[in-house]
Amino acid sequence: MTKQVQKLDHVIIRFAGDSGDGMQLAGDRFTQETAVFGNDLSTMPNFPAEIRAPAGTLAGVSSFQLQFADHDILTPGDAPDVLIAMNPAALKANIKDLPRGGDLIVNTDEFTKRNLTKVGYAGSPLEDASLEQYNVHAVPITSMTVKALEAFDITRKDAERAKNMFALGMLSWLYDRPSDGTLGYLKAKFASKPEIMQANVTAFQAGWNFGETTEAFSVRYEVKPAPLTHGTYRNIIGNTALAYGLIAASQLAGLPLFLGSYPITPASDILHELAKHKRFGVRTFQAEDEIAAVGAALGASFGGSLSVTTTSGPGILLKAETIGLAVSVELPLIVCNIQRAGPSTGMPTKTEQADLLQSMFGRNGESPIPIVAAASPADCFDVAIEAARIAVKYRTPVILLSDGSLANGSEPWRIPAIAHLPDLSQEFSFATAPEGGWEDGQEFEPFRRDPVTLARPWAIPGTPGLEHRIGGIEKADVTGTISYDPDNHDRMVRLRQAKIDGIAADIGLLEVDDPDGSARVLVLGWGSTYGAIGAAVRRVRNAGGAVAQAHLRHLNPFPSNLADVLRRYDKVLVPEINLGQLALLLRGRFLIDVISYNQVRGLPFQSAELAGVIEDVIGHA
Amino acid sequence: MPKTNGHGEGGDGEPMSGHPGHRLASLSLVPAATVRSATKDFKSDQEVRWCPGCGDYAILAAFQAFLPELEVPRENIAVVSGIGCSSRLPYYVNSYGMHSIHGRAPAIATGLATSRPDLSVWVITGDGDALSIGGNHLIHALRRNVNIKILLFNNRIYGLTKGQYSPTSEQGKVTKSTPFGSLDHPFNPLSLALGADASFVARTIDSDRRHLTSVLRAAADHQGAAFIEIYQNCPIFNDDAFAPLKDAGPNDDRLIRLEHGEPVRFAGGSRGLRFGRHGQLEAVDVAEAVDPDALITHDAQRRDPSYAFALSRLDTSDFRHTPIGVFRKVEQPSYDQLMADQIATARRQGGPGDLTALLAGNDTWEVN
Repeated sequence: MTKQVQKLDHVIIRFAGDSGDGMQLAGDRFTQETAVFGNDLSTMPNFPAEIRAPAGTLAGVSSFQLQFADHDILTPGDAPDVLIAMNPAALKANIKDLPRGGDLIVNTDEFTKRNLTKVGYAGSPLEDASLEQYNVHAVPITSMTVKALEAFDITRKDAERAKNMFALGMLSWLYDRPSDGTLGYLKAKFASKPEIMQANVTAFQAGWNFGETTEAFSVRYEVKPAPLTHGTYRNIIGNTALAYGLIAASQLAGLPLFLGSYPITPASDILHELAKHKRFGVRTFQAEDEIAAVGAALGASFGGSLSVTTTSGPGILLKAETIGLAVSVELPLIVCNIQRAGPSTGMPTKTEQADLLQSMFGRNGESPIPIVAAASPADCFDVAIEAARIAVKYRTPVILLSDGSLANGSEPWRIPAIAHLPDLSQEFSFATAPEGGWEDGQEFEPFRRDPVTLARPWAIPGTPGLEHRIGGIEKADVTGTISYDPDNHDRMVRLRQAKIDGIAADIGLLEVDDPDGSARVLVLGWGSTYGAIGAAVRRVRNAGGAVAQAHLRHLNPFPSNLADVLRRYDKVLVPEINLGQLALLLRGRFLIDVISYNQVRGLPFQSAELAGVIEDVIGHA
Repeated sequence: MPKTNGHGEGGDGEPMSGHPGHRLASLSLVPAATVRSATKDFKSDQEVRWCPGCGDYAILAAFQAFLPELEVPRENIAVVSGIGCSSRLPYYVNSYGMHSIHGRAPAIATGLATSRPDLSVWVITGDGDALSIGGNHLIHALRRNVNIKILLFNNRIYGLTKGQYSPTSEQGKVTKSTPFGSLDHPFNPLSLALGADASFVARTIDSDRRHLTSVLRAAADHQGAAFIEIYQNCPIFNDDAFAPLKDAGPNDDRLIRLEHGEPVRFAGGSRGLRFGRHGQLEAVDVAEAVDPDALITHDAQRRDPSYAFALSRLDTSDFRHTPIGVFRKVEQPSYDQLMADQIATARRQGGPGDLTALLAGNDTWEVN
């Protein structure tokens, strides 16, 4: 049977099921095949904090959304075109996001009276009129999977568990995805369990064949590859990109990498990734708590490692005192905060960017710290290298902000040539002698600063003649000995501030995307909102609106032209997934009354909605 | 001219005699000194600022006098401390040092020792620093067997904050924060360390320099974490807390000096130890021992920590019987060694890391 092929420029698919249904895996595999096929893509997993919430409940619903297109895209998409609901809970939790006329694929086997009652359906929505505005494809996925696997010597439970592969096979047929990668993946994953491996392969093929033969799908879709810049690509998840950036920075600087970390969602995958790479000399230390994790990292930094600690907001609070010590002793330290919804435990698996002010001010005393933020999953790689550059060059802790949506989201990444990455070994050197050499009985002065960067010498143990003591007590300028002198403290506070402020001259200017220079409104963002703001700006421009966009990578210090940029526009709109933290800094620093737009729903912005906000501001400009 | 030995104004500058000698076990990965150093090489130019009569002076002096025995270059020694009176010590020792934050010295030292196996790393801490705010780091550093030597100055009081009771103060202690007497049951630091499976556990006293030095030597000769409790007098807020031990004459039955391989004898040799019915150790008159073979001969190398734990329980707040010396010293791989081995193994099996291959991963595609 030949089916009609319909060309699409983009598709948004959401896989939704119970936490135990393997939706994240199905989504990952679909993403990988889509990446290899050459579409541009962007993904957003959304899952509960509970590992196995009670089966079939709303609390246990896990989903994975993916947008892929024949052109470059910036976000995982606002609303799905296609929703795969593996049970009534997944349907109930997600159906409100599916636009009228959208495709809905339901696993009818799970629509039992018990499962329906569990989520509050009086009757089956498949049997009343409630879904008639959608294009419903009712597929008994579980029973067809079990039937396809009858010949295998496996339990019914194991057979049922392969239903995600059936669904993946079906979707792969529907969107003409390559399947070699998934088959190879299954063979590797279940290499030690050949029966289970073959069952999963069979389930995948059964799903594919079902798509081809069933009348449930009358149309097959085609999304052509996107014309991306020439190069070699891979798909990459934010936390992986961040881990790779740290390894790259260590190689580029010629310093061994030391990670002190304590498991916390959504940062743990960086620890997992770095723990694999012992061949690069990476030392990973899973500490007894957040405090020990950063403490060990600072100790390793004293010893001359490129030191990192990774955590989320609650962990930063515990580390604050040690970060303050790093400010005081002026040693390099990279502090990665993969932000999540707060306060307190908040919503561990949901995203937020509400730790900016914590990064700026969350320590006692005058304690300035450079802050950098990643804009997209792949950008985590570059930002990690930039954080390392600032840390080793200025001998300072640096806070790197990512968040849950970047950590778990993915996008295609043009793999950089190593030769094109910054040579961090040129940014610092270990002290080997006192300033001015050994002549005239010159003593080593651990706080004699470089006149340009104001960085103090990094003199590591094992260096003869440079023995010295550092600590959290205020130090005398230049000599570094304990000092309670009032004028000295005033001078040291100002020196530490000047050192961080001076980094502004070393980070480039803020670039503004303002195609014809006619815009009177600027949208300024930071962090993971880059994609949603960019997509919203495109919408506005496509509709004839004029709007400029700029995105901050450096949040402390700000780029030196930021004030000029802000003053160039009549209105500055600052969308943030918090209650206006960047806006507060901008108003305080520049006395410019920016317009704040805020949401804190644990989810990224939707670009259509942001476009409306921008148009509104333009209308009043 | 760069100095090659790090002893600026140092030592007698005499080259090491080159005798093979005994290399202390914790220093197997630390370079050996090429010139002999002296106590004065380890004195920094900072004025020592403890209260007159403080036990810390004696410990500092013993420590500085002992360091030349390590026979490692001064620059390969690092001293890390937390917060408190004792934690000021690194400022007075001319080596690399860090005076860090309250309770965190074991964690900071763990990162330093783990990333730099070529250093001899010493942690200086007190009873409040190590057992109260930093209790968690202490037990985890001990169980991991990180190659650090922890000197806990136990004066049973908070000194720097001016005299509140500490986690080792005896119950009922009247202090500024406990005018009606403290309610807390105190920690026994050695029991705690042994509960954490510490591979080296010892106790000594600030006033007995010879004994103190012998314990430092034994700790340096141990690969892995060494925990040393030093009874230290605070003349201002808890004076004479250890007087019963310091005043103990040779016939006193309070002080029990432990020597590995020797029968445990005290009170002028008239008393010994044996196991009681419930696994506890009890003091007995040697002359009256029904079964002389049951009298304990000290064995610090027993792998099972139960015996060392039983020894630690002899001590009570009123010093009825207080053993000093090395309670436990068992060989087990140190954490930094294990981590270095993992890296070496990974490199041997897979070669050094290839950044280009790492970034590319397994699933790439070309866009032309």
